[in-house]
Amino acid sequence: MKLGLVIDMDTCVGCQACAVACKQWNTSGTLGPLTDYDPYGAEPDGVSFNHIRSYEVGEYPNSETVNMPMSCMHCETAECVTVCPTGASYKRESDGIVLVDQDKCMGCNLCAWACPYGARELDEASGTMKKCTLCVDRIYDDELPEQERQPACVLTCPTNARHFGDLDDPESHVSRLVRERGGQQSLPELGYNPVNRYLPPRPKTTASQAKAPKAGLQERLRGWLGKAVTR
Amino acid sequence: MNPALSVIFFTVVSGTGFGLISLATLLDSLSRGRMLSTTELLVASVAGIILATAGLLASTLHLANPKNAWRAFFRFRTSWLSREAVFSVLFYPVATFYVAGLWLYGDHRGMLVGAIGVATAALALTTVFCTAMIYASLRTIPQWNSPLVPVNYLLLSLSGGSIALLVVDTSVGADMEQMLIALSLALIAAGAGSKLVYFSWIGKPRGPSINTAIGLTKGRARLLESAQSSSNFTTREFDYRAPLPLLWSLRLVVYALGFVVPALLLVWMWQSETAVTASAALIAALAGLGVERWLFFAEARHTVNLFYGRQRC
Repeated sequence: MKLGLVIDMDTCVGCQACAVACKQWNTSGTLGPLTDYDPYGAEPDGVSFNHIRSYEVGEYPNSETVNMPMSCMHCETAECVTVCPTGASYKRESDGIVLVDQDKCMGCNLCAWACPYGARELDEASGTMKKCTLCVDRIYDDELPEQERQPACVLTCPTNARHFGDLDDPESHVSRLVRERGGQQSLPELGYNPVNRYLPPRPKTTASQAKAPKAGLQERLRGWLGKAVTR
Repeated sequence: MNPALSVIFFTVVSGTGFGLISLATLLDSLSRGRMLSTTELLVASVAGIILATAGLLASTLHLANPKNAWRAFFRFRTSWLSREAVFSVLFYPVATFYVAGLWLYGDHRGMLVGAIGVATAALALTTVFCTAMIYASLRTIPQWNSPLVPVNYLLLSLSGGSIALLVVDTSVGADMEQMLIALSLALIAAGAGSKLVYFSWIGKPRGPSINTAIGLTKGRARLLESAQSSSNFTTREFDYRAPLPLLWSLRLVVYALGFVVPALLLVWMWQSETAVTASAALIAALAGLGVERWLFFAEARHTVNLFYGRQRC
């Protein structure tokens, strides 16, 4: 099994609901609390597993806004696990989820340095590294109704831009989405082979602007007068 | 990358200490005990061990949860940090045996003490190599992911160590050793050369770009909104921006303090060798190395910055 997320950059509106849902679930989850520093002050700061950033791609007027939610990609070549000196970081053989054993971490930050995506954040209160667990404490919970056994971010997404599933199974919902929509990896050239995929925005239909015919001499003179004469 | 003072102190001071003890033991073995007196060797070895220890202790200061530091020995097979920890700890019993051998047998030490000395040097240099490989193995930082990094670390450790050995030589040594000055000058020149290659190599950003980071290559991309009203761990750790003129002038400081001033002082020592001159050269070299290590971090561009709007790493 290769569990991961498929995120639709076409439908994501950048509402930050998944970031809030993530923080809400995980701060009382297995890695919780996700410490806030100065939460009600001028510079609120703290641990968060999910960041949604907005970009403008292309030049105006042919530019578009793209929102990119990012959490742990649960890479197949998880260098964060390779560099960990204590064995606190590990990748589960059964489902590929990358986790940090909070009882073993010594807070050396090397795994965060090795992660190209900024998925790992040090909790200064506990002195340990924390990261997205793919809601491992939700997705296997038999007490929850089956349709709720999904990561909190996926459940909460109002535009259905986030999909969770097994990317090893070619017939799964997420594998089909990747196949049909050309799902791609972030920074594929680094060779980390991230499991999470991004569905690029669909090509937009662009309306071509008709050029106005050149105005006659009288029309241009009137226009010039209108601009030149002030009351 | 944010330059952490504890890591800068660690790499400079323990690098010099490891370089000092390795050079002393290797020169002693190569010259079959003719080059350095027993007192010089003893002082150099003990000073090397003290410097290495001071650095290693400082390195634990950057750990956020040091009570788990003992676990760092267990991932030797994959982690360079673990390898560094293992070799730096293996260094101590071997170095202690060597110092004890020198102390007990003095001028009548046999091949065995010499062999332990070579093993000490091997462990010391392996530790420096592992430290460098921690950085060089990171594909996320193009400026570090290069064989130039371990070459620089080893050469600068040896050149710093050679100047420290001159301090020992001028303080407790019986006769002046011009061979040692020549060797030190050669190591300084090699260090300066390799650093020059490094500086010119990192000059142009050629790592991943913001387009491959967000997966859209059809046009220029720019960050509209990071959705953060203040910093977070990743921006504090990775988004360190120093003005370009500062970086350039600090490179000059590296060359002036780290290489030119010590080299001139050593040339001067050729005529009149004094401990004061050698110490001045060592202080200048260590200050230069400190700035060099600071630049090593400040000029490193992590790929996380792409997601915060940097065009290329």
